[in-house]
Amino acid sequence: MIANSFEYSAPGSLKEALALVADGAKPLAGGMSLIPMMKLRLANPEHLVDIGRLAELNYIREENGSIHIGASVTHYDIETSPLLMGKCPLLAETASYIGDIQVRNRGTLGGSVAHADPSADYPAALQALEAQIVLTSAEETRTISAEEFFVDTFTTALEEGEIVTEIIVPIDAGLTGTSYQKFLQPASGFAIVGVAARVRQAEGKFSMVRVGVTGLSGNSYRATRVEAALDGKDANDENIRAAAALVASGQDSSSDLHASAEYRAHLAVAYAARALRSALSRSA
Amino acid sequence: MATTVTKLEKLVGKRVRRREDPRLITGTAMYVEDVKLPDLHHAAIFRSPHGAANIRSIDVSKALALPGVVAVYTGKDILGVGSVVCAADLPGLRKPVHHILAQDRVYFVGHAVAVVIAKDRYIAADGADLIEVDWAPTQAVTDPEKALAAGAPAVHPEWPDNTAFVFDQKGGDYAAAAASAEVVLRQRIISQRLVPNAMETRGVVADWKAADRSLTVWTSTQIPHLARSILAGQLGLDENRVRVIAPEVGGGFGSKLNVYPEEALMGFVSMKLNKPVKWIESRRENFQTTIHGRGHVDYLEIAANRDGTILGLKLKLIQDLGAYHQLLTPAIPTLSVLMMPGLYKFRNIEAQVIGVFTNAVPTDAYRGAGRPEATHGIERMVDILAAELKMDPAELRYKNFAGKDDFPFLTATGLTYDSGDYAATLDVALEKIDYKGLRKEQAKARAEGRYMGIGISTYGELCAFGPSPATPAGGWESATVKVEPSGKVTVMTGCSPHGQGQETSFAQIAADELGVPIDDILVLHGDTAIVQYGIGTFGSRNTAVGGAALHYALQDIRDKAKKFGAKMLDADAETVILEDGHCTDPKTGNSVTFQQIAAAAYRGNIIPTGSEPGLVATRFWEPSNFAYPYGAHIIVSEVDPETGQITIKRYMAVDDIGNIINPLLVDGQLHGGVAQGLGQALWEHGVYDDNGQLVTGEFMDYTMPRARMMPWVESAHTITPSPVNPLGAKGVGEAGTIGSTPAMVNSVVDALSPLGVRHIDMPMTSEKIWKLIHGSKA
Amino acid sequence: MRTINVSVNGKPYSHEVEPRMLLTHYLREVIGLTGTHMGCETSLCGACTIEMDGKAVKSCTIFAVQADGASILTVEGLAAADGKLHPIQEAYWNEHALQCGFCTPGMIMITKQILERNPNPSEHEIREGLDGNLCRCTGYQHIVNAVKAAAKATV
Repeated sequence: MIANSFEYSAPGSLKEALALVADGAKPLAGGMSLIPMMKLRLANPEHLVDIGRLAELNYIREENGSIHIGASVTHYDIETSPLLMGKCPLLAETASYIGDIQVRNRGTLGGSVAHADPSADYPAALQALEAQIVLTSAEETRTISAEEFFVDTFTTALEEGEIVTEIIVPIDAGLTGTSYQKFLQPASGFAIVGVAARVRQAEGKFSMVRVGVTGLSGNSYRATRVEAALDGKDANDENIRAAAALVASGQDSSSDLHASAEYRAHLAVAYAARALRSALSRSA
Repeated sequence: MATTVTKLEKLVGKRVRRREDPRLITGTAMYVEDVKLPDLHHAAIFRSPHGAANIRSIDVSKALALPGVVAVYTGKDILGVGSVVCAADLPGLRKPVHHILAQDRVYFVGHAVAVVIAKDRYIAADGADLIEVDWAPTQAVTDPEKALAAGAPAVHPEWPDNTAFVFDQKGGDYAAAAASAEVVLRQRIISQRLVPNAMETRGVVADWKAADRSLTVWTSTQIPHLARSILAGQLGLDENRVRVIAPEVGGGFGSKLNVYPEEALMGFVSMKLNKPVKWIESRRENFQTTIHGRGHVDYLEIAANRDGTILGLKLKLIQDLGAYHQLLTPAIPTLSVLMMPGLYKFRNIEAQVIGVFTNAVPTDAYRGAGRPEATHGIERMVDILAAELKMDPAELRYKNFAGKDDFPFLTATGLTYDSGDYAATLDVALEKIDYKGLRKEQAKARAEGRYMGIGISTYGELCAFGPSPATPAGGWESATVKVEPSGKVTVMTGCSPHGQGQETSFAQIAADELGVPIDDILVLHGDTAIVQYGIGTFGSRNTAVGGAALHYALQDIRDKAKKFGAKMLDADAETVILEDGHCTDPKTGNSVTFQQIAAAAYRGNIIPTGSEPGLVATRFWEPSNFAYPYGAHIIVSEVDPETGQITIKRYMAVDDIGNIINPLLVDGQLHGGVAQGLGQALWEHGVYDDNGQLVTGEFMDYTMPRARMMPWVESAHTITPSPVNPLGAKGVGEAGTIGSTPAMVNSVVDALSPLGVRHIDMPMTSEKIWKLIHGSKA
Repeated sequence: MRTINVSVNGKPYSHEVEPRMLLTHYLREVIGLTGTHMGCETSLCGACTIEMDGKAVKSCTIFAVQADGASILTVEGLAAADGKLHPIQEAYWNEHALQCGFCTPGMIMITKQILERNPNPSEHEIREGLDGNLCRCTGYQHIVNAVKAAAKATV
């Protein structure tokens, strides 16, 4: 399990890195996704540009009512960030479900997002948070929604020459409750399904519901039918169960060695209900 | 010379921490991959991506042209090397010739086709990537039952029925028993393919010294001496000029109880190039080419009366052999037949084993080797019978156990169980876990709609391998005790422990017998140039067989030391006492120390009549029988009906492994065994698809227990010493693996029994359980 | 080839390496510290766990060039210069938390991180913390005991 040979650059600035990416170099951050694929010789980049150590991309800060997270922030830093734990606990909680201590120490938010693994954890949270993803190339910077960003299995809206530089998540008012619930693939620890729920209630009714799902199908998504079914309804378990039952509708449930399409869809329903219940209990 | 002799603390039976650990916890132990030699070359192996294919041609030119590549060898180059050895034999056994590199056809994914040698391991890997083969793929067959069907693709074209052997065994008269029985129940039970996955993959370093005509081979093996004999034969070398070293070995579980193609291949390459060469197996290669375990489809039939008396058991066992026989492949399912009666006294059995070739890596001995499958079969059938008769499964077991006065107990399959009191052990387990209370709790849980299960397995195993006539390659073991002139003691065992801890337990035994501090004792193993011929480590044999050999060698040392002591004390060798490191004349109270005796024995100026200088003894000990540990494992589980997930609430293991040398080591063996047994019950499965691809071929997809998946294991022991060996030990290496698997399945079946569930095949994945629940509601 | 400068167990090293060289191989074959093991190559077994700039990481999934400038601690660097074992090593020894020993260096290194972040972990927290490390011998029970014992010894 030895990677093919490649050229390696570790530029000191984002600008230099973007120039190399513009020339066709592949960005490397924590390497938790890319390096195993290179060792299996499934990915054979000729030139890697190491952006994992760029201080310019390593920050978590509050700005204009949102939290801005640099792409090279590690899962561990997200999991333990007081700012996120206080103001966007869903992202911190989701990070705590990724892999194991060593992987969280090394893997980065930007790397995971750009890889767009259909079983990765973050996409569920980013969908539920209606996060914004900042893409930068040597020429320009643009910001798109998570929903637009995750196009398909291992496929994103990244254009050639672009890298993910920042993720922007909202600060929710005090009465928002969130939860990420995950059914693990037992060998790898990836999500067979993972559901992130974000709810707000007013006078015993759901006033805002956002549900993001990963693992079920080839791409993460917002379960808008579930959201619509709960909007304005009484915040109770019966309504949650009825709405959660819609989570897989319209989705092409994946089937593999670890879960059939039928079982996955069932788990999505069960975990949507669990996530909604848990989020609701945290929203008081 | 009269001295006050201080009583020394006896160490056998104590929780002595391991003497092998300092090197392991400091990162200074040496495994095969750590071996470095001047001008070391590296090998990478090009392997078949196909389950079955003909090789039209191989083009190695691009690999050879790569700078840094030194040589490439293919099947035509190795025709002078002997093929892979299978030591097992059965009447009419078909043995395909298993060359160390494929010839014109490949038989399973991972089959070695070519080897690339370079000065750098990365370049060797690059070179292997440049080999081009013109393949003509053919249809593979990986399911043993499909392989037996008419018209199935032939794994070996010369044997179109894919049948390597058919083995029949009968005891008593099963047909008559079944005809007279009030109840006859049948169940198909799968014991799925498992991948042993020792944490250290295999690896070989071979170093040929042409001037000496000598070959040194470091290999990650459980059987260094057998490997030496086989390698010498394959390579046409003098056995005494082949040195095999098993350095630190990072786990085996049976997967390294073998001699694989790569060992002779590296010897061949080193001899060709006159250079040392190293090959380290990748994890993917380990999945594809190191033996797998289990691989049974069992058709079982139990005959009983309504009062719960079991009359007999019938078994048709379809064994997935894989494409070739490794060292013991065909012998493994015959062990399942021997153990099919379990702990029960019924007299009638009928068994047929059909060994089936498939396009898969061979199966062979994996922890328990044939006995977990047998135990799973009988323990499941007993529970199925209990459910049918609406009897408590514990009560049914009590009713059919061989009684404590029945020993030595001759089983329906012709084994003689050495000692035991099965009911007493189950008593302890039931009491410790409060079985009656649990059944009440279960009734309450069921009333609440919860799925709580209690599963019992009372397992027995045949281990301490074993009498030589009953084993394919010698079942004795050897030990040398060498007392140095200073009185320091070197023990050399023919066992080859690789984690089991005999550097400690054997030092405990020697310290007690000789009355020397344990720090004065060094236990050596695993190097054929240092240690007398031995058989190795497998089949829970280190203590019960290797320890027995050590015991007798220590008695020889004691006898000789007493002769020297008596001579030095001017006393009678028959009456002197050797105890606590002193030889004392009881008449005078005078004594000499063991160290003084050692010095005198080497000084040589006083030699007892009929004796000779030196203080060294070697013994080869042949056991008269196997030993038969047994136990009762009970698992309390609960199933989440929404997801099918199983939670283990409690795990109770009460084992009788005979006398215990070091309880700390015993606990460790038991816990590890339980983990592997639960692994089979719940998660592990080596899955081949119909094209011969191993789809669970990485840790990403093959689930093994992690810390968070394991329950806390509560354990206790009853002790019934084995009369077979002087230590009274039985063996513990495989007990946990054998006891745990049926207890787990019985527990979950019990949990789901209100739904009418009678049997669940392993692994009991969440989805499988969910479907059982879901299906029953639909 | 690229030049990298690293500190390993307090000692500075400078080497020219191929960019594709894995950090595990760099430590084992270039520096000669063979205590760090490669078990699965896919970052799932944790045998290759080392500490890099204070964080436990899997060295089989890091290129050596990525470690340029880093301060690395391996299992060989845990014991004191006089050979006195680290309390975690002592705990693994006392509790019989290892059998074949192959996973042990990685287990010890992750134990260090677990206890640094949570000096008094519960059994559940210990088991979760060990999630990235596979052991095929012990069934983990003695490892859990060792982490508890080490926690007591270091608190």
